[in-house]
Amino acid sequence: MSQQGYVAAPPYSQAQPGGYQGGFGAGPAQPLYGHYGGPPQAFNAPPAAGGMKSPASSPAGMPPPSGPSQYSPNVQQNGAHPQRYASPSVASPTYGQPSHSVYNSMASPAPPPTQQLTNQMSAMNLGSYGAVQSPPPHPAASAHPGRQSTHMSPQMAPPQSPLINMQASGQPMGGQSMAGPPMGGQSMAGPPMGGQSMAGPPMGGQSMGGQLMAGPPMGGQSMAGPPMGGQSMGGQLMAGPPMGGQSMAGPPMGGQSMAGPPMGGQSMAGPQLPSGPGTFQQHGVGPTGPANYPQQGGQFGGLMSGPQPGMPGGFPGAPGPLAGPPQKKLDPDSIPSITQVIEDDKARLGGQVFSTNIRGQVPPLVTTDFTVQDQGNASPRFIRCTTYSLPCTAELAKQCQVPLASIVKPFAKLPKNEAPLYVVNHGETGPIRCNRCKAYMCPYMQFIDGGRRYQCTFCNCVNEVPAFYFQHLDHVGRRVDFYERPELSLGSYEFVATLDYCKNNKPPSPPAYVFMIDVSYTNIKSGLVKLICDELKTLLEKLPREDGAETSAVKVGFVTYNKVLHFYNVKSALAQPQMMVVSDTAEMFVPLLDGFLVDYQESRAVIYNLLDQIPDMFADTNESETVFAPVIQAGVEAFKAAECSGKLFIFHSSMPTAEAPGKLKNRDDKKLVNTDKEKILFQPQKGVYEQLSKDCVAQGCCVDLFLFPSQYLDLATMADVPSHTGGSVYKYNNFQVETDGEHFLRDLRKDVQKSLGFDAVMRVRTSTGFRATDFFGGIFMNNTTDVEMAAVDCDKAVTVEFKHDDTLSEETGALMQCALLYTTIGGQRRLRIHNLSLNCTSQLSEMYKCCETDSLINFFAKSAYRAILNQPVKNVRDILVNQTAHMLACYRKNCATPSAASQLILPDSMKVFPVYMNSLIKTAPLVGSAELSTDDRAHQRLSVMAMGVEDTQLQLYPRLIPLHNVDVGSEAVPAPLRCSEERLTDSGTFLLENGHSIFLWLGQSSPPDLIQNLFNVPSLAHLQPGHMFALPELDNPLSKKVRSIIGELLEKRPNSMKLQVVRQRDKAETLFRQFLVEDKGLHGGTSYMDFLCFVHREIRQLLT
Amino acid sequence: MSTYQEFIQQNEDRDGVRCSWNLWPSSRLEATRLVVPVSCLLTPLKERPNLPPVQYEPVLCSRANCKAVLNPLCQVDFRAKIWACNFCFQRNPFPPSYAGISEVNQPAELMPQFSTIEYIVQRGPSAPLIFLYVVDTCLEEEDLQALKESLQMSLSLLPPNALVGLITFGRMVQVHELTCEGIAKSYVFRGTKDLSSKQIQEMLGLTKPAAPGQQGRPVAPQEAPLLFTSRFLQPVHRVDMNLTDLLGELQRDPWPVPQGKRPLRSTGVALSVAVGLLEGAYPNTGARVMLFIGGPPTQGPGMVVGDELKTPIRSWHDIQKDNARHLKKATKYYEALANRSAVNGHSIDIYACALDQTGLLEMKCLSNLTGGHIVMGDSFNTSLFKQTFQRVFSKDYNGDFRMAFGGVLEVKTSRELKVCGAIGPCVSLHSKGPSVSENEMGIGGTTQWKLCSLDPSTTLAVYLEVVNQHNAPVPQGGRGAIQFVTQYQHSNTQKRIRVTTIARNWADAQSQIQHIESSFDQEAAAVLMARLGVFRAESEEGPDVLRWLDRQLIRLCQKFGQFNKDDPTSFRLSESLSLYPQFMFHLRRSPFLQVFNNSPDESSYYRHQFVREDLTQSLIMIQPILYSYSFHGPPEVSLSPLIPPSFICRLSSCYQIEFLCFKTMKAGYQEMPEYENFKQLLQAPLDDAQEILQTRFPMPRYVDTEHGGSQARFLLSKVNPSQTHNNLYAWGQESGAPILTDDVSLQVFMDHLKKLAVSSST
Repeated sequence: MSQQGYVAAPPYSQAQPGGYQGGFGAGPAQPLYGHYGGPPQAFNAPPAAGGMKSPASSPAGMPPPSGPSQYSPNVQQNGAHPQRYASPSVASPTYGQPSHSVYNSMASPAPPPTQQLTNQMSAMNLGSYGAVQSPPPHPAASAHPGRQSTHMSPQMAPPQSPLINMQASGQPMGGQSMAGPPMGGQSMAGPPMGGQSMAGPPMGGQSMGGQLMAGPPMGGQSMAGPPMGGQSMGGQLMAGPPMGGQSMAGPPMGGQSMAGPPMGGQSMAGPQLPSGPGTFQQHGVGPTGPANYPQQGGQFGGLMSGPQPGMPGGFPGAPGPLAGPPQKKLDPDSIPSITQVIEDDKARLGGQVFSTNIRGQVPPLVTTDFTVQDQGNASPRFIRCTTYSLPCTAELAKQCQVPLASIVKPFAKLPKNEAPLYVVNHGETGPIRCNRCKAYMCPYMQFIDGGRRYQCTFCNCVNEVPAFYFQHLDHVGRRVDFYERPELSLGSYEFVATLDYCKNNKPPSPPAYVFMIDVSYTNIKSGLVKLICDELKTLLEKLPREDGAETSAVKVGFVTYNKVLHFYNVKSALAQPQMMVVSDTAEMFVPLLDGFLVDYQESRAVIYNLLDQIPDMFADTNESETVFAPVIQAGVEAFKAAECSGKLFIFHSSMPTAEAPGKLKNRDDKKLVNTDKEKILFQPQKGVYEQLSKDCVAQGCCVDLFLFPSQYLDLATMADVPSHTGGSVYKYNNFQVETDGEHFLRDLRKDVQKSLGFDAVMRVRTSTGFRATDFFGGIFMNNTTDVEMAAVDCDKAVTVEFKHDDTLSEETGALMQCALLYTTIGGQRRLRIHNLSLNCTSQLSEMYKCCETDSLINFFAKSAYRAILNQPVKNVRDILVNQTAHMLACYRKNCATPSAASQLILPDSMKVFPVYMNSLIKTAPLVGSAELSTDDRAHQRLSVMAMGVEDTQLQLYPRLIPLHNVDVGSEAVPAPLRCSEERLTDSGTFLLENGHSIFLWLGQSSPPDLIQNLFNVPSLAHLQPGHMFALPELDNPLSKKVRSIIGELLEKRPNSMKLQVVRQRDKAETLFRQFLVEDKGLHGGTSYMDFLCFVHREIRQLLT
Repeated sequence: MSTYQEFIQQNEDRDGVRCSWNLWPSSRLEATRLVVPVSCLLTPLKERPNLPPVQYEPVLCSRANCKAVLNPLCQVDFRAKIWACNFCFQRNPFPPSYAGISEVNQPAELMPQFSTIEYIVQRGPSAPLIFLYVVDTCLEEEDLQALKESLQMSLSLLPPNALVGLITFGRMVQVHELTCEGIAKSYVFRGTKDLSSKQIQEMLGLTKPAAPGQQGRPVAPQEAPLLFTSRFLQPVHRVDMNLTDLLGELQRDPWPVPQGKRPLRSTGVALSVAVGLLEGAYPNTGARVMLFIGGPPTQGPGMVVGDELKTPIRSWHDIQKDNARHLKKATKYYEALANRSAVNGHSIDIYACALDQTGLLEMKCLSNLTGGHIVMGDSFNTSLFKQTFQRVFSKDYNGDFRMAFGGVLEVKTSRELKVCGAIGPCVSLHSKGPSVSENEMGIGGTTQWKLCSLDPSTTLAVYLEVVNQHNAPVPQGGRGAIQFVTQYQHSNTQKRIRVTTIARNWADAQSQIQHIESSFDQEAAAVLMARLGVFRAESEEGPDVLRWLDRQLIRLCQKFGQFNKDDPTSFRLSESLSLYPQFMFHLRRSPFLQVFNNSPDESSYYRHQFVREDLTQSLIMIQPILYSYSFHGPPEVSLSPLIPPSFICRLSSCYQIEFLCFKTMKAGYQEMPEYENFKQLLQAPLDDAQEILQTRFPMPRYVDTEHGGSQARFLLSKVNPSQTHNNLYAWGQESGAPILTDDVSLQVFMDHLKKLAVSSST
């Protein structure tokens, strides 16, 4: 990829044609090309990715080689343009926001004929790629990027059916066997389209569905579309057809999605269909079958049919002792399953391209691998919303009680095949902003008056276009340089900030990392200090650096402390480091400036010397008291003195009891649990820490805390500062170097190398009618609008809640712009802008359809975890249950087709919502059990507060991966199972992970050869799980496979996880069991089934 | 009978005591009428090569509130083995060890020539000397380099078992640990925060093992902390290398100094840490805190001036207008520190080398109260500082350092006398007793003073009072006695007690006024009065002090002058008083009382030097001596009102500044062989000056100038301004050059004095 493409300042002033030319030319590194070609590149990559990646399709017999070739940047580039220009299409009138086709129409006139030709050529080119997949109708057919295209081809192609089959197999376990044939038929059925279309929406009801419908080529199918089309989406898509080929794309999608329903249809579809297009939701036929489940009849109270005949019990293990409702045994398979939903979504959208050109488009689930193509809205990786169709009025919002929120993860890591954000430089005047609301220039701004003025869509203010920024408009009113300017065509981009955006109007210094090591007796004795010092030597070589920079600009500093602090002068000129002891903990200060924060490369020799000496220097310490607040204070003061922002890495082991500010005392009173005063346990102790957070944030000082406690250390208070400064808290109970060392180091390495922004202020601007009212995350707020973060890294997310100010218009939709002012790792001040447009609707059904369960649960988790600071935990739990019931009841009342009150009807988009909710209620912070460590509860509470959607999803519904019948030959990770004990088998081996813990569970009668292969011991009895924290490296396929699965997970998650090997019936199994979230909680909390029953009862009460 | 001159000289040589009156008036009223109080100058550690110390304990009077030491003036009954105290008349038996005593076998302390005797006593463990360097790092690179070299050099001069420590300061204060290997370690204190001694010790980690309730006993607390402070204070021989390296690596204060600002200098906190460190670990041990500063304290407690360069440091003008913002606070702060330090017997030296003022005015008490040195110079990179600093460590004829520590001076008087006070580098120990006068002069209200550090020239002025009322005068023929008992720690760490007992006859002022007059020691009196004046000047307005001095002088002249009323020409003074008015004249003009043309720092510095020097030095300070060199003989003291027309003159001036003035052009004659004698003549004052430079402390500023040279102004300002623009009529009449000044000449002064003395109206 041409890196400089997005880094280099775009020479916008250059003649356009040239630009185009460059873009099409093969020359890889022309700046123009870089910029112009950039966005398309992003557009294009996905299709390729889709083709290649879709796990479903590749087995389907698609020729895989095509994929890789498509990845080559040039090809992509070429491909992209042709797509655009090749097929002029009608602009969709519906939306102010230009749809993709509009782009094309706009663009095409510009290039001279020759170019046009080129375009065509390249289009052909691309087509040919497509051709490999499937004989394409004609080049244009493949033109429309989007996931459809990829899918289209398989569908068109004969081998299609196998594909479908595959997908089927991805479905519920059982599905496999039976689904196969029926599937095939169904999916194949081009004609079935009609019916299919019916089914489609329910499944995908999401925008996509509609879009797919659009595919006209499939005549029948297209038919189906329109009726569906009641939904706005559909309408839009209809516009698509002119793009002949494109339309083709649609159907495949549809087909695919169809595939789902039929499958699910096993259970549900039948009954569902009758419900008609109007109500897309599937009212559960059976009480249990809220979604696709065939489960009939048995209301919760009433009769309950046994396991579906058609549903083969996926597992050999019988439906275990699930604590079902007392009355009847309910088949656990029959209630909505998260794994099922995830797999469905994966099958449907996995590996595809998600273009953000459509307003209010619901993205794939977080668990699905997909590629994002930024076409004017921020990638869902950056912003996810609880619903993509906001209710138009506050009344509606109140009625449904669905929270309106977005989860913003401003620095989300992008996969390699997605282009990093472009940096836009508007010169000395700084980024162009609306005069009134200060919104930044973005794709939603409407240029009028021939381009001399623009109207801000956020506040409707009309602004002059600065002279240097002026550009003519084309015949559709769009600026001619539309594609050259990321801020006009993309959802996410960055501005170079001018001095006005810097503290004291001075350019910021590069940030600094200070390592602060507790050298009290415990840490010395455990060997931790030595471990850290040794690791730092290598780790510091890998400090994060600016893209393209050769070395890291980050300065490093070192402090050790117990009751007093020791600063080190590691100036490169020194022969040996100097230690400066500061014992004035009451009023902390930094004893030196020059030589404390140094460039690692320059001072390496001195730092080595220091790191070698630290463990020895304190080897015979007997100091066991420590201070804490002064340590942070010292860091802040250091940054203040150096006038930079930065991050503190604090390695701490015990409660700070030494006489100093922030001294803590044990207040772990288990008697408070389950009382009104329980909240005290979560509240930080008042005093210095509050002020400290303020100071930290003001200075841009982020605090990462690594705790190594052997007992209670009042984490609620100690983690207060990290949790307000965008820091992370890591906790290693009873740390031992042998067992936890590697685990800790993995965390440390990840943490140090994370890319992040410092000294950040985030502001969420919205179009009129609604506004951001509340913010959750590792943030600090001085006022009600500015979200201040000392630092924000790629894993930290802020959840923003919105409230109505006024009525929203369905026409214009709702816009939000999240602007983050921050300092890069290289010390540059930037503004990162994420724009997102949402739909507005006066139809609750539409709203429900566009809900996103993962985001919802993220919001609920954060708001509940905040609420327990002020309310008894029980109240919070009740509120959660009530709101769940309310949301569902509202749906039932307003959107579902009338049916027996005894039926539990869930909106499709929220059908697994209760599982998550139940899991949330059972989490340690909310469960209220004296058996749980107070610190652990506080820790979980705080870590969730800064989590993004992916993390909360995983946290609340761990992956349970069966390993005993893993296919060692394939790359794929076995499909996860539902987190319930009954999925476990005596002879099985399972891996369970939730992003924080990872367990390897071994059934009692695990085959010896499996044990041998994995552990190199003859039998289970020889295992010593207590001493096993990594699998031995054995040279056999199974071991390799399992280790690679584990390795991959460790790689993927933001935190390291310590592998715990658990044998069935071991004592340690209880630990493991608490992660089986569908079961009854160990410390209280109901099983999923019971919860569902309970919620149902509540709903019925609400409805009557 | 020898003359009083000889008597005085003899007494001074033997006892180091000069009394203003060598006959004492028999009643208080008469004493008052004498104008100059009954008082004496005492040089407790006067070098006495012929005085071998005795190695036993002194014998004390058994009366609890007397405890006078057995001395040659005591009546001894050799047969009964009893001696009578000459102060309280208590009869005391001799201790058993004196059993063999007889008229022919007398212990030294009974022999008349041992009116001053020194005992070496065994009390407690001998603690090593402590030298704690407190170094300002906000210096120019060159200065710092020079200072570092001086400090490194000084390590070789210290006694090998002495403990050394190092504190550096700039914006922060760093206490350096001396024993570390691998990593240089220091404890850092914020320069803006005033810390209590306890906090400092806690922060230095010195308190932990302190056994509670052991404060009273000196042994226990000293033994224990030795271990812990050892990190900061180490025997020189052990850390010589370490410390040399440490000093070598000292960097200038690394904190940036913005344009238009002074560097932030935390002198106050640095001193407080130094004092805290020592007082916790080594109370009542001989210790020197040596403070090296290159500028005024600019932050934290003890701040003298803000860091804004645009606000200049206070001048006399500001002080008079009460415009010196930090003055009172800072002075109070340093006084408190000085008192703490004094209580523990630690002395503080200040070596201030900067072109501008460094805050000596505020800090002077540190040295004044603790007997430390103050050295003021322009730069550490001058020989003035380097050699002066070297001289701090000079040794006497025994090879011992010329310094002693922890001195306690007790004055015991016979019943007819009471002690009014003392003036010198000392603090009161608040030892009340029957012989304490209510009438305070100097530091009074006590009979005991502490001299934290003293050297052979340290001299105290002690003021006394005659108790007897006019109607019950002291009977004739008796002698009043004073005993000075000085306990101190010798530089070789021995504990010693020096006892000086003097006695003077009582005389009836009515009948024996001539005797009294002739017993007047005008030199001593001048110095004693000058000390009183300087002491007053510290607290009073300059003019008031001058007026007071004038009045005293006039009264004295009236008392002893012979004149006809209202006839100035008839005025005569006897020989024993003849020089006194002249001393007063010079004192009036001296920088001790005149602040004009001197910065507050300079004044403080001069006053500090003045109140500690012995009589000879003090006199030179009051009245610079102008030596003129000529072919006609040995150098003469020139009393001439004009700069003599001779070729060369040398001014051995007040406050230690030495001038040389070649009155001829340096035409190079001296290099010609035929002018060999001229060359020798030129060489003579140089040699003499060199000799003085060698001995005097602090080393005098040496100015070499020629007639008309710009530096000659120093000399001109010192000499007697007999011909000024006020009396220009004399211009050109004499061969000497006129001195242009506002000051009156001695002649005018004397004329006025005579007029006032004879005036009947006063």
